[in-house]
This record gives sequence, C-alpha cells and structure tokens, in this order.
Amino acid sequence: MTGAAAVAASPHRDDVRSRMGMWLFLLTEFLLFGGLFVAYAAYRSIHRVEFHHAGAELNALLGVGNTVVLLTSSLTVALGVHALRSGRDREAPLWSCATILLAFVFLAVKAVEWSVKYEHGLFPGKPALAALPAGERLFFGLYFATTGLHALHVIAGAVVLAVAASLIARGRITPDAPVIAENAGLYWHLVDVIWIVILPLFYLAA
Amino acid sequence: MSTPATHGTEGAGTLVAVWAALVALTATLVAVIRYAPGNPGIVATMVITPTKAALVFWFFMHLREEGRAIRYFLFAGLLTVIVFVGLMMLDYGLR
Repeated sequence: MTGAAAVAASPHRDDVRSRMGMWLFLLTEFLLFGGLFVAYAAYRSIHRVEFHHAGAELNALLGVGNTVVLLTSSLTVALGVHALRSGRDREAPLWSCATILLAFVFLAVKAVEWSVKYEHGLFPGKPALAALPAGERLFFGLYFATTGLHALHVIAGAVVLAVAASLIARGRITPDAPVIAENAGLYWHLVDVIWIVILPLFYLAA
Repeated sequence: MSTPATHGTEGAGTLVAVWAALVALTATLVAVIRYAPGNPGIVATMVITPTKAALVFWFFMHLREEGRAIRYFLFAGLLTVIVFVGLMMLDYGLR
C-alpha cells in the first residue's frame, strides 16, 4: 500500500485535541454556572439573614443523599472508562447503564423535592413565595434556576452516556480508540463537580 | 494522520478509594456545619468543597495525566470565577 493510500484508508483521529476541545467546552459550562454562583455570593452578602432562613426550608437530607448518588455515579463512569481502557469493552456499557440508573434516582429525588416545595407554595409564580421577604425570594429564585439548570445537565449527561454505551456495544468505540467514551465521562464528572459546589451553597446554607 | 490517546489506566482500587474519600469528606462537611455552625462551618466549606472538586478533577477526570495546556484551561476558569466574586465583594464592601 502506498503512503497516500495508507493515509486515505486510516480514519482521521486526534485524541489529544479531541480531549482539549472537550475541556474547553467544560470550561464554558463551568463559567455558565460560575455566573449563577457569583449572583449567589452577591445576594447572600446583602441578604445574609434571609438566605439563612430560606436555606432552612430545604431538605438537607435529600441534598446530601443526592450528593452520595452523584458521587457514586462518578465512580461508575470512571470504572466504565477504566474497563474500556483495560480492554474489557463488554463490561464498559454495563457501568454506563449503572450510571444512567443513578441519574434517574437523582432526578426522582429532585422531583420529590420540587413537588414538596410546590405543595408548600414555595414555587415560582405561587403567592406564598411572592409574600416572602426579598432575600428569601432571591434565594429560591437562585435555587430553582441553579438546580433546574443542573438537572437539565444530568438529563443531557445521561443521554450522552447512553449514546456512548451504544457505540461501545456496536464496536464503534474500542479500547484502542476510547476518546469519545472518555469525553462523555468528563462531561458527567463536571456535572458531579457542579453539584459538589451546589450542596453547601443551598442545602447547607442554614 | 492519527494522534492516539496516551493515557494510562487508573487502578479500580484507587477509584474506589477516591469515592470513599469523597463520601467521607461530604459526611465531615455535614457534621461540622451541623455541630459547629458559624466560622468552623464556613472554613470547612472553603476547605472541603475545593478538595472534593480537586479529587474528582485529579483522579476521575484524569487531570494528572493531562498536559499543561488543559491544566491552564481549568486554572483560567477557576481564576475567572474567583476574580468575579472578589471584584463583586470589593464593590459591595467599599460602598
């Protein structure tokens, strides 16, 4: 085979730049949430007492429980990437399925939490929330915006992991070329890191 | 032309140990805030939360295997948020 034919036959692949592109994307995601964290710091410095009172309305047990769920899901993603890199490509999709299951658990807990807030009237558009002091309204506004945006990222991450698992199962991602699965894992880990920051800001704020 | 991955593999035992450390740090943070609210709780939050994030970045996200460029990306992002928060606090503090 000539050199030109060899180049034409081999698919273009650049894992280093693929990972670099993913990290750049993750940086933009971090800055997206960073804006919300800056807003939190600003309003908390003004409404210190109200943020304390509003934080007491959140169920810290559910927040901590969901933290353990997400930390465990990060472990299952890391074990999946480890299995793929070690050549156990039949095992890797199973770890992705475990992660997706944990994502559903996280979202179910979040749904319970939000529905309780809705029943108590502490939901955007409800009169009970509108009657609260300005600082508490700001706290709940930031809480719903931040945890809602995070929940959307959990859903997106679960979809990305499902696609990666499907590609592994079909032999499109292999132990020799695992970068797509690694990048899907990186996205999930960032979702976990963002929740690590959210926990003390909202659930442990009281 | 192909540039294949050059990553090594993190041991499964190490990954499980990191997960256990993350859960233990979460429990520690909750305990300190619950039983020693106020300044100890704030200090615990300022120390434990970045430590947990660093463990995820370093081990789960394999940052320790990456080159300097990617570490600089991350550092730039963190620094940007810290500068934003710092300038904002300065603005409110000096009013």
